[in-house]
Amino acid sequence: MDRPIRVLVAKPGLDGHDRGAKVVARALRDAGMEVIYTGLRQTPQQIVAAAIQEDVDVVAMSILSGAHNHLFPKVVQILKDEGAEDILIVGGGVIPEDDIPGLKEAGVKEIFTPGTATTDVIEFIKNNVKRK
Amino acid sequence: MYDKEKLDQIKKSKKDWEEKVVNKTLEKYPERLEEFKTGSGDEIDRLYTPEDIEDIDYKEDLGYPGKYPYTRGAQPTMYRGRLWTMRMYAGFATAEESNKRYKYLIEQGSKGLSVAFDLPTQIGYDSDHDLSAGEVGKVGVAIDSLADMEILFDGIPLDKVSTSMTINAPASVLLAMYIAVGEKQGVSSDKLRGTIQNDILKEYIARGTYIFPTEPSMRLITDIFDYCSKHVPKWNTISISGYHIREAGSTAAQEVGFTLADGIAYVDAAIKTGLDVDAFAPRLSFFFNAHNDLLEEVAKFRAARRLWAKIMKERFKAKSEASMRLKFHTQTGGSTLTAQQPDNNIVRVAIQTLAAVLGGTQSLHTNSKDEALALPTEDSVRIALRTQQIVAHESGVTNTVDPLAGSYYIEAKTNEIEQEAMKYINKIDELGGAPRAIDIGYIQQEIMDSAYIHQKEVEGDKRIVVGVNKYKIEEEPPSDLLKVDPAVENLQKKKLDDLRAKRDNNAVMEKLENLGKACSSDENVMPYILDAVKAYATLGEICGVMREIFGEYEQSVRL
Repeated sequence: MDRPIRVLVAKPGLDGHDRGAKVVARALRDAGMEVIYTGLRQTPQQIVAAAIQEDVDVVAMSILSGAHNHLFPKVVQILKDEGAEDILIVGGGVIPEDDIPGLKEAGVKEIFTPGTATTDVIEFIKNNVKRK
Repeated sequence: MYDKEKLDQIKKSKKDWEEKVVNKTLEKYPERLEEFKTGSGDEIDRLYTPEDIEDIDYKEDLGYPGKYPYTRGAQPTMYRGRLWTMRMYAGFATAEESNKRYKYLIEQGSKGLSVAFDLPTQIGYDSDHDLSAGEVGKVGVAIDSLADMEILFDGIPLDKVSTSMTINAPASVLLAMYIAVGEKQGVSSDKLRGTIQNDILKEYIARGTYIFPTEPSMRLITDIFDYCSKHVPKWNTISISGYHIREAGSTAAQEVGFTLADGIAYVDAAIKTGLDVDAFAPRLSFFFNAHNDLLEEVAKFRAARRLWAKIMKERFKAKSEASMRLKFHTQTGGSTLTAQQPDNNIVRVAIQTLAAVLGGTQSLHTNSKDEALALPTEDSVRIALRTQQIVAHESGVTNTVDPLAGSYYIEAKTNEIEQEAMKYINKIDELGGAPRAIDIGYIQQEIMDSAYIHQKEVEGDKRIVVGVNKYKIEEEPPSDLLKVDPAVENLQKKKLDDLRAKRDNNAVMEKLENLGKACSSDENVMPYILDAVKAYATLGEICGVMREIFGEYEQSVRL
């Protein structure tokens, strides 16, 4: 445990709701993690490139527009293609219960829905991150 | 409002009461909390008395409804004359599907339409653009060209309804499409009534559907002001929005302060282009949020009205009363809804509806109980609309104008919010105005700080959210949520292919070229956009031309 956990907080797609992403980013930072926030409108390719360049341990994505089924699995796939499958991937937003099993199957480790406490996100990341 | 002698007596007797009665009670029964705070986190006193409003001058600070400074309402008779417009924001999937929902809402008593566009439409991409993948028809209806717009309003006479369109960066294009549909129906543009949101500054601050950099965006907005003042005189050319600022986590006073600061920037920009303030200011409208703290919200609406009136009169030297009168739309607070025990949201929305009505709103959208989970179903939309109808017809609050006025607390709170909002406006002036304050991230940072404090309070159980951090139950995931068929994307793509094969592509090219030239000059772009729209140029093509000339906005990313 020499270096802090590094997290990329990302907003894939065209969705502009970033309150949740920013609140989570701040909470992770306050919990001692190093956080990079991408800002809005990132393509899956851009997110993967940033994740690799920043050498992060975790990619945390947020979507409230309903495009999660399309965009989350894409990010997972491209990360795999780039040989970075050891990065922990989590997602959050307005995501219907029915969609969660499919997203987990695609490789998103956990989905956080509205009302989640940031402390739960922090704990999940600490317990599931694979150290390099 | 009180003479000095009376006031001294009140002060003295209040002190007596505190010392003799309150303190004794507190010894036996301490209060529930160490400090009591509003929804926005401002401290509240135990009791408000005439002492708290001793500086109020009735005529000057409150006055009469429909008269400066409009504290008590925008119109003289308010809801005794006409109820607010019950306007339900709706739109999803294709133009055909949304057209059906609009007709349903009109049947159910909705008096005005409010169109939600999907994200590609809001950001100026056609449905077949790479970046549109996965987003088509999701948060609103997909509109690629005039052909879609014709279907959207099929069978809805545009001289009979008023239509609000939540569209910002490409507002000029969608307005042009609306004008073109009107023409096809035989309704001339001077008869069209409605609103375009057209508020780019809050997109940079909080909502995120920007396209162009600040300067050309402001130019597009003032082009619309100018065009509409001549050709679409009944159209509200902008809806200066605090709604999304509040959703992003601001306090009530920040909502007022930042929104009015944006308003100041638009008025400044329009005056700079040579427009007379009284020619466009009466068509400015506002859009606020209604959260759960009923009394704080009522005070907020009243404070916003009074402050804007003063700004227009004193700062911009408006002469027409209509320029000073703040009219606003309200939407209940989406971020106050919980995914847990969603039926509870009906109650929250009812409280927020009361806040908006007691605050004197001109129109209202009520959120549906399932909106923390998905887009609302038809059933839940009906309950939300019925909530407004119950407040309108059963609660009795509509029978007299501004019924909470004169409450010591409401008036003190109205003063406080006005003063706090003014502090933000002064600070933004010091920074060089709203566009500059946004560029350096000041406004975003202030909002984020408030959002983070709120989250910490909820997680620390300092703020109770029923069903989330208290009164929790085990519940089954809800099963009857609305789902947008993923086939919509392919359907839109096919419509686009057909359109491009059918239309006169040479004419489209020519109109787009003309538009490009207008963008590079200082001519008003509206007529050129209208020409391109009528030739069935797509939204993506039109915005593409403008992207090339204007460039794109780069967000200042900060935590």
